[in-house]
Order: sequence, then structure tokens, then C-alpha cells
Amino acid sequence: MSANESTEHNRRDFLYIATAMTGVVGAGAVVWPFIDQMRPDASTLALATVEVDVSAIEPGMSVTAKWRGKPIFIRNRTDAEIEEAKSVSVDQLPDQLARNENLGADAPASDLERSAGEGKENWIVMIGSCTHLGCVPLGQAGDFGGWFCPCHGSHYDTAGRIRSGPAPENLHIPNYEFISDTVIRIG
Amino acid sequence: MSGGHSTYSPKTGIGRWFDARLPLPRLVHDSFVSYPVPRNLNYAYTFGGILSLMLVVQIVTGIVLAMHYAASTELAFDSVEKIMRDVNSGWLIRYLHANGASMFFIAVYIHIFRGLYYGSYKAPRELLWILGVIIYLLMMATAFMGYVLPWGQMSFWGATVITGFFTAIPLVGEWIQTLLLGGFAVDNPTLNRFFSLHYLLPFMIAGVVVLHVWALHVTGQTNPTGIEVKSKTDTVAFTPYATIKDGFAMIVFLAMFAYFVFYIPNYLGHADNYIPADPLKTPAHIVPEWYFLPFYAILRAITFNIGPIDSKLGGVLAMFGAIAVLFFVPWLDTSKVRSAVYRPWYKLFFWLFLVNAVFLGWLGSRPAEGWYIPAMQVSTLFYFAFFLVVMPILGLIETPRRLPNSITEAVLEKNKGSGTAHPTGATASPETKG
Repeated sequence: MSANESTEHNRRDFLYIATAMTGVVGAGAVVWPFIDQMRPDASTLALATVEVDVSAIEPGMSVTAKWRGKPIFIRNRTDAEIEEAKSVSVDQLPDQLARNENLGADAPASDLERSAGEGKENWIVMIGSCTHLGCVPLGQAGDFGGWFCPCHGSHYDTAGRIRSGPAPENLHIPNYEFISDTVIRIG
Repeated sequence: MSGGHSTYSPKTGIGRWFDARLPLPRLVHDSFVSYPVPRNLNYAYTFGGILSLMLVVQIVTGIVLAMHYAASTELAFDSVEKIMRDVNSGWLIRYLHANGASMFFIAVYIHIFRGLYYGSYKAPRELLWILGVIIYLLMMATAFMGYVLPWGQMSFWGATVITGFFTAIPLVGEWIQTLLLGGFAVDNPTLNRFFSLHYLLPFMIAGVVVLHVWALHVTGQTNPTGIEVKSKTDTVAFTPYATIKDGFAMIVFLAMFAYFVFYIPNYLGHADNYIPADPLKTPAHIVPEWYFLPFYAILRAITFNIGPIDSKLGGVLAMFGAIAVLFFVPWLDTSKVRSAVYRPWYKLFFWLFLVNAVFLGWLGSRPAEGWYIPAMQVSTLFYFAFFLVVMPILGLIETPRRLPNSITEAVLEKNKGSGTAHPTGATASPETKG
């Protein structure tokens, strides 16, 4: 190869670049399915909604439903429990956001925004998975009469808001609606 | 192998034929027969061999268990009970595997503390040390995933808590957790992928062990004096000296292992793991396996926010940091002297560190309440201070004791002091045979 030829673009340069580019694109195209297969599959996503009949739940009672492999707490709160939650002002809370999928991301963690809304303030529906490391908190327990996580000692109040302990956020509220007076559809 | 030329000379025609085509017997001979080892190695140096043995034990028992195990949330728990009751000798093989994991960790902790005491991580053995830390990380991942497979309550909730660590990462944390779990909670897809990875990782460990031993045989072993081998009188041949010593230690270790397997097979486990996994009910106390307890205490010690880092992320960072700091030990220790034998202050701090690590482990088994929390915090502080403050500063200010000129001198000096039972000529004789 003469000095003249080596400074020009020739077929060899083309082959280098074409091989490298095809290799990079091909590697990316092959790697992605291997990562993608780890994501929740179609059958897992198909379990996205459940319906729960809550007609038998008297005030002060609660049930645990299962949705997407996680427990869902549904509690019919007594008036005293609602009053207790209302009496706390939002700016005293460690987490001041409602964490309610049915509302905007910046909704405040007032009792109303945490509950099922105007007229259904006695109902609270939450994902029963501690926001610390995912244990299931125990109901009707803890220093604030709400929930207590036995794993690392997080206390939640009667509106499921974190009050003390290592959990950073209030218990999350999933998308749900009352499809009749007595049936809740979650998801 | 370290610079020396090969002394292998095949005696048979088949041996010569083989050597000219695939010199594997030569490699084995040079690495494990004629390979020179320091003459003063004590029993703390036998754990490398014990660990290799334990890896083989775990792989062999694991392959057998996989023949009887079913990785499905519907079947996993029952299939383990079937191994215990119906499969011929299944109970023995499962107890060997479950207790073998604990024995593996006992051995690796002694091996790591040996390295810290004798300064085995110092130049030129930094890569050797780092490869060891990588093996340790792979061991932890393997053990964690293995513990999930019986699908008991501790399996399920341990997996929930440990994968929950990833949700502490800002922005992408939840996405990563979902990717690891293959769903929104620990479930069948999680169990399946953990089984697959639990089968894979031991072979990756074996691969890194090859690199670890390779790096060891390039630099040669350290020894209790920390002085490099200088002459032929400093060493003995691997076989028979190290082989016999390692063999004896292995048998003693296996006898202890057998005691656990036959007399207290569930002592190191947790009773709750004999309750089938229930996604709706968390056990009162979630405790990881004993070998993770110090790190679990560090995780729970961070109960306060540090600036923008909330306590959850802080705890996870501290826990991973406690392992990550090991990677930097070769550069954190500034001392020119390798062995704690000649470093009075380092020796003191080493034993304090060891006691503190055991104490952290005990705290990890306690609930996060009362005085345990401040104790965890003080203990965690000392853990990090040992690496980040004591190691760098001691090396600069400590006055080490006088070092002997060579391993041989150290050995002869020691024997002179120990009386007349062993004349120096007798203990010095190995080199004439090697």
C-alpha cells in the first residue's frame, strides 16, 4: 500500500466502519430482548384489576384484598378515627403528599385526600406494603392507632400516613373507584 | 510459577506424549506440587483450600437438589419437604447444602480476617484482594437467592426486603425493582429467575476463584511475618507440606460441619422458614441469615436523614458502602509494614474491629428498638472509622516493631525462644527435602 493510497478513503475503511456499526446496532438489538424479558409478562399485567364487595364491612372493620400480588387494605373507619386523622395539620407530617393515584401528584396529605373522597370519608383503600422495604404493616396497631410495620418499626396513622419510623412515604393509594355503593374496583 | 522455571519432568512415555500436546499435568505439578510456599504458614492460611472444598460441596449437593426441586410457587415448598421425607438420603443432602452455605461463610470470614490481620492485601496483591471481594459479593448474591428457593416465610419476606433496597434509588428505583421481580411483588417469575441465577452464580464464583488462585500464584503467598520470600530456605514445597496441612485442616473443618449437619441441622436457620410463604402476612421479626446480620444492623442504624438523602436511601448506601469500602483497603492502609505481628496499635484495632463486627451481627438479630438503635449507630461508626480513619492514620504515626531480615531468621528466632524441644536443625530440615 503506497502512502498516497493510505490517506484516501478506500474500501477497507468502508468495511471497518460498516462492520463496527452493524455490530453495535446488532448487539443493542440482541441485548434489549434479554433485558425486556425480565419485565412483568402479559399474564402478570392481566391481573391488573380486582373487584371487592365491601357491603359486609362495618365501621371499625377492615379487609385485606390481593392485587398484583400485594395486599390491599380496605378499612371502614369509625368517626373517632376520622376525627383523629383530621386533627393533625398537614405541615406536621413527615410526608405531606397524599400519594393518591386518583389525585394529582401534588395533592396534600389531608385526611380527605387520603380517603375515598367527599361522602365516603370513612373508606380508606391503600396498598398494604410499607414504603420502607415492603413488609405488610399490621392493622389497628402502632402508636397512632393506624398501622404498624413490624419489620423496622414504622408507625402509620388512621389515614395511613407515616408518622414515625424509617418509612419515607405515606402508604400508597392505588387507582380505585366505587363502581356501585358496595363494590370497589381496584386498578 | 512465580518467575521460577518448571521442574516437571514426565517419567513415562504417555506422560511425555501428553506434555508435548496439552501440558495440563505440568500446570498442576507446578501449581500444587513443586510450587514453593513460605515455610512459616500457620493454620489461618488453610482456609483458601477449605473454601475451594466448600464450593465443590455446594455445587455437588446443589446439582443433586435441583433434580428434585420444583421452582414454582405452587410446588416449591412441598418439593423441599418431599426432599426431606421421600427422596432417598434427601434430608442429608439438603442439610449438607443448607449448612454448607453457613460453613462457606464461616470459612470466608476467617479467610478475610486473616487477610486483614496479616496485611495480605498490600502491594503487589491488590488485585488478588479485589478478586476475593468480588467472590464474596457473588457468594452473598448466591446465598440470598438460594434462601428464597424453599419458599418459606423468611424466603418470601427476605426477598421482599432485599429487593426493596432498590426502591431507595431515586427516580429509577421502582422500575429496577419491578425488573428484578418480574412483577409488582415477589411471585412466581421472581422464584424462577432466582433459581436460574442461583444455579449460574456458583460457576461464576468458580471462574473468579481461578483468577484469584492465578493472581496468588503470580505474587506468591504472604506469610505471618509479612516479609516476602527472599531465598530458597524461606520456602517449602507445596506437596507434601501445604497439602498435608490443608488436608488436616479440611478434615477438622468437615468434622465440625458434620456436627452441625447431624446434631443441630436447623440451628443456623430460622423456624419461620418452615411456614409456607404468605404474601399477605409478614412474620413478626424478619431476620436475614446470620452471615448478613452485621450488614443488616448497618442498614437499620441509619434512622436519620442526611441532607437530601433520606434515612431509607442512607441505610441502603451505608450497607452497600460497608462492603464497597473493602475494595479500597489496599490503598486505605498506608503502613509500610504488612503484618499486624509487627504493628502493636494496628493489632489492637484489628481485634476491636473483629469484636465490633461480631457485636454488629448480634445487634442485627435484635429488633430495631430501644438502646439497640444507638448501639447500632456507634458500632456502624466504628466499622467505617476503622477503614477510613484508623487504617490511613495509623500507617503514618505508628512505630512498628523491628522486622526480621527474612522468614528463615524469624522462624529460627522463634524456635530459639521456645526452648530445647525442637533444635533449629530439626525444623530447618524441610528445606533440604524440598
